[in-house]
Amino acid sequence: MAVLAAEGSAIDALGQFRLAHGLGEIGGAVNFTNANEIMLLAGAVLLGLLYFGMKPRAIVPGRLQALVEYLHDFIYNMCLDQIGEEGKRFFPFIFTLFTFILIGNLLGLFPYFFTFTSHIMVTGALAILVIVLVTLVALRIHGLRFFTYFFPAGVPKLLAPLIIPIEILSYLSRPVSLSIRLFANMTAGHVMFEVFASFMIMLVGALGAFGYVLAVAPLAINIALMGFEILVAFLQAYVFAILTCIYLHDAVHLH
Amino acid sequence: MPRRLATLLPFFLSFPGLALAEGGKKGMPQLDFANKLLLSQVVWLAIIFFALYLLLSQWGLPRVASVLAERARRIKGDLDAARAAKQTADDAIAELNAAARHAHAEAGAAIAGATERAKREALAHASALDARLKADLEAAEARIVAAEQVAMGALREAARETTVTLITRLTGLAPAAGAVAAAVEQALAARAVG
Repeated sequence: MAVLAAEGSAIDALGQFRLAHGLGEIGGAVNFTNANEIMLLAGAVLLGLLYFGMKPRAIVPGRLQALVEYLHDFIYNMCLDQIGEEGKRFFPFIFTLFTFILIGNLLGLFPYFFTFTSHIMVTGALAILVIVLVTLVALRIHGLRFFTYFFPAGVPKLLAPLIIPIEILSYLSRPVSLSIRLFANMTAGHVMFEVFASFMIMLVGALGAFGYVLAVAPLAINIALMGFEILVAFLQAYVFAILTCIYLHDAVHLH
Repeated sequence: MPRRLATLLPFFLSFPGLALAEGGKKGMPQLDFANKLLLSQVVWLAIIFFALYLLLSQWGLPRVASVLAERARRIKGDLDAARAAKQTADDAIAELNAAARHAHAEAGAAIAGATERAKREALAHASALDARLKADLEAAEARIVAAEQVAMGALREAARETTVTLITRLTGLAPAAGAVAAAVEQALAARAVG
């Protein structure tokens, strides 16, 4: 959620997604952006959580340690359940992906914080990373047999001209749906925040004291939206991670 | 007032399109590909994500895993210790039961042995007494027989002397000693004495 920018009468709902230089002069020199600042913060939060959470190394964990251990086991079990025994090798990657997106989504909910998961370039890059990894894993494990994935056994040969393009298309649409789902969810949520928040300011500006009374309604909506967006933050990170796991399962087992 | 309400108009107009149309004068910043920051943020994303992946896979996650493994090891150790303790207790109980049974059997055997020994001793004692009494009886009988014979011997002597004296007094003649003895023996035999 970026700055509430109701410039005059216009609602600049998309201004919050505008990239700017981050980290001052040096950041500007290497085109470091405000999105990357939040990425760094997300990484720092995650590493700090792991450092301070696991510092006691207690047999009976405290709250923070229990949180970290729960997060670890949650992703670890997801990898094992979805991918199988080979999932252990991909666990660090899935963990990084899930926590990076999750903390990015959550940090974005703070006022003045940039939401880097609302950029299609970012979600697209992550989705392409996933699909390239999945394809490389499949090629490494199955070699050229991987290409039988696009023509499942048991399908009549006659249907090959139809099935193969469909399968290839569905394979290539994976990164598209993966990236657009996350980008669209985050963008829509933050636009809604901006719209209702701007509406409050406009009501006050237009109607004065009476506007303050009416502004309670959009405020209530924004509070409800915040709860909803926290849910979406978790859900979208989870969806991204579990779909990656499912794709990896396909890559490892070829159907 | 109408002028003021008019300022709200853009909101109502833009609401259905979630204000996308309003920002449309520049388009979505996410799709503004003329902005070189759009691409540079991805380069920095790659660097940050890769660094984060390395840090997590090399340092962060093994740290968590080691604690979890340590806990699993500890719990398993405790369970094993508990199982071993239970085994020891079971063994001790079995040993106790065996010892009790053994002691019971031993006591039974000791009682039976003692009873048997006592019986044997009593029997031996009784038979010894019996033998001694028998010996005493025999000795007494022998003494009686001896006394009888002594008495019988004295009787013959008296009979012979009486006979000699009587004959001498009546006839005045001394009878032959052999004849007298034979007559006495004959008389005693006839009376079945001795």
